[in-house]
Amino acid sequence: MTTETVHTAPQQTLIRSVRKTMSPRKRALRLLKHLVIIGFGILMIYPLLWMVVSSLRSEEEIFQAPGLLLKTLQTSNYVDGWTGLQHPFSHYLINSALIALGCIVGNLVSCSMAAFAFARLRFRGKKIFFAIMLLTIMLPIHVVIVPQYIMFSQLGWINTFWPLIVPKLLATDAFFVFLMIQFIRGIPRELDEAARLDGCGYFRTFWSVILPLMKPALVTTTIFTFIWTWNDFFGQLIYLTAPEMYSASVALRSFVDATGSSAWGPLFAMSVLTLLPVFLVFLVGQRYLIQGIATTGGK
Amino acid sequence: MSALSEIRSLSRAGRSDFTSEANKKEERAAYLFLLPWLAGLVLITAGPMLVSLYISLTDYNLLQAPNWVGTDNYTQMFSDERLKNSLGVTFIYVFISVPIQLAAALGLAIALNYGMRGLSFYRSVYYLPSLLGGSVAIAVLWRQLFGTSGLVNQGLEAIGVANPPAWISDPSTALGTLITLNVWTFGAPMVIFLAGLRQIPTMYYEAASVDGASQLRQFWRITLPLLSPIIFFNLVLQIIHAFQAFTQAFIVSGGTGGPSDSTMFFTLYLYQMGFGNFQMGYASAMAWLLLIIVGAFTAINFAASRYWVFYDD
Repeated sequence: MTTETVHTAPQQTLIRSVRKTMSPRKRALRLLKHLVIIGFGILMIYPLLWMVVSSLRSEEEIFQAPGLLLKTLQTSNYVDGWTGLQHPFSHYLINSALIALGCIVGNLVSCSMAAFAFARLRFRGKKIFFAIMLLTIMLPIHVVIVPQYIMFSQLGWINTFWPLIVPKLLATDAFFVFLMIQFIRGIPRELDEAARLDGCGYFRTFWSVILPLMKPALVTTTIFTFIWTWNDFFGQLIYLTAPEMYSASVALRSFVDATGSSAWGPLFAMSVLTLLPVFLVFLVGQRYLIQGIATTGGK
Repeated sequence: MSALSEIRSLSRAGRSDFTSEANKKEERAAYLFLLPWLAGLVLITAGPMLVSLYISLTDYNLLQAPNWVGTDNYTQMFSDERLKNSLGVTFIYVFISVPIQLAAALGLAIALNYGMRGLSFYRSVYYLPSLLGGSVAIAVLWRQLFGTSGLVNQGLEAIGVANPPAWISDPSTALGTLITLNVWTFGAPMVIFLAGLRQIPTMYYEAASVDGASQLRQFWRITLPLLSPIIFFNLVLQIIHAFQAFTQAFIVSGGTGGPSDSTMFFTLYLYQMGFGNFQMGYASAMAWLLLIIVGAFTAINFAASRYWVFYDD
């Protein structure tokens, strides 16, 4: 399961001996490769760093300073951005957090249940259901969005978080069902068979044997669900139209509309704030993220 | 390994017997565990798909009852110039950005994989943009970067370019900035490639070296064939993904798809038709066209994969 670089001991010595005997030309090539990789990496990250720095700059400076050095510290951008819309920006961040929380709970419960059935239990229609489940991973949301919108508006759910959360409670994020199935398949069957011999029913087996053992998959699901819901825009744009229900994404968009291209400082400041939670989750959970997309093949 | 190889292997599974009492109990438990998923399939996925097919055959504005018009919405699409344009824009976006994105992902994965010290650090640096790239905040950043006096043009002027392009304000370059944004998120497929490269046994390379095969030859004869299932997987998923791109075009163009419809993605036009003009029938027909297009390209990919994807099972 692990994706870290694993070299066996003989390979390690091989690599070391190769390094020692490298010709000057090979060394130069190697150095060049490092420089290209580092240079390209800087190019990739530079816009992000520049946005963070620019969020602390005055309006004129943003358009005159392509560098990263800060002459003055303009924290007023954060104050202006925070108070720039109808509600303080914390309101929208909390909304986004609530949506993400609901989606995480929904995915953890519903996807793990479905995954357990697919990975461990025998039932009629399993093959066809499994195929349908895999196909829904690839289904464009647009094919279902209009009827879903009609259904949710008839339930009076427009401008609530339910249209965003309820589908997750019903395991429609098939990607995570698949991720968990893959994980459960790696858990030795002897463990649930032992539990069955001890008199555990299917639910006990799921709850006390499988769930604790699939913690890494649950963590991966939590992290991915958080990042994808936090970044989501299409669904939130459609269902959240009242300013007090705006998520951070939708609020940021209305901020763009309200200021046009005239308030880049505050706009950058709030953009940085909405990216920050994703960045922190990435820092803490990147091992799980990389494992997750390596074992299932990503989104 | 992947969802795609699962589909390939589905046809090989065996049949079970569901008559004994123990098996009946197991089956009941299974359906209980599947209950949320089955409810989701009916209420959120399959049901709405059928309803969407019905709505696509009607005129419907959410206020009055749907009015049956047969296949009018579909025939209307053939004469809708803006729709044809949006298809063109989407095709250009998908078929330029996905190959470049995957080439960058593969190139860097190989460079990082080959005895690179500090692998996990570089991997993180390249991976981060793919986590942020879909957000509104990054689209906001792109608006500034590729504005007339944005960061890119500041850089270009600094190195002496006299008349840099207007990027997002110029119909001939606006789509290019969105392609750049998609290429920027190559980190996710790169991580998948890295995991795949890790699975290629080193003994193949050792044997090839002993036989005197050059590195380029080793790449063509070992790396590419053994990695081809993963290239295929990334290709299929990134194409499906790119067809559905929306946020970036919406934010960068301020919701218009402009300038001159040059960033009018199919999904953006669908959104404008459905949720701007409330032509739900037409929007549903468009959604089905999108599904057919995405399905067709996926099928073509699967059919073509027989000629270049190498499976060793």
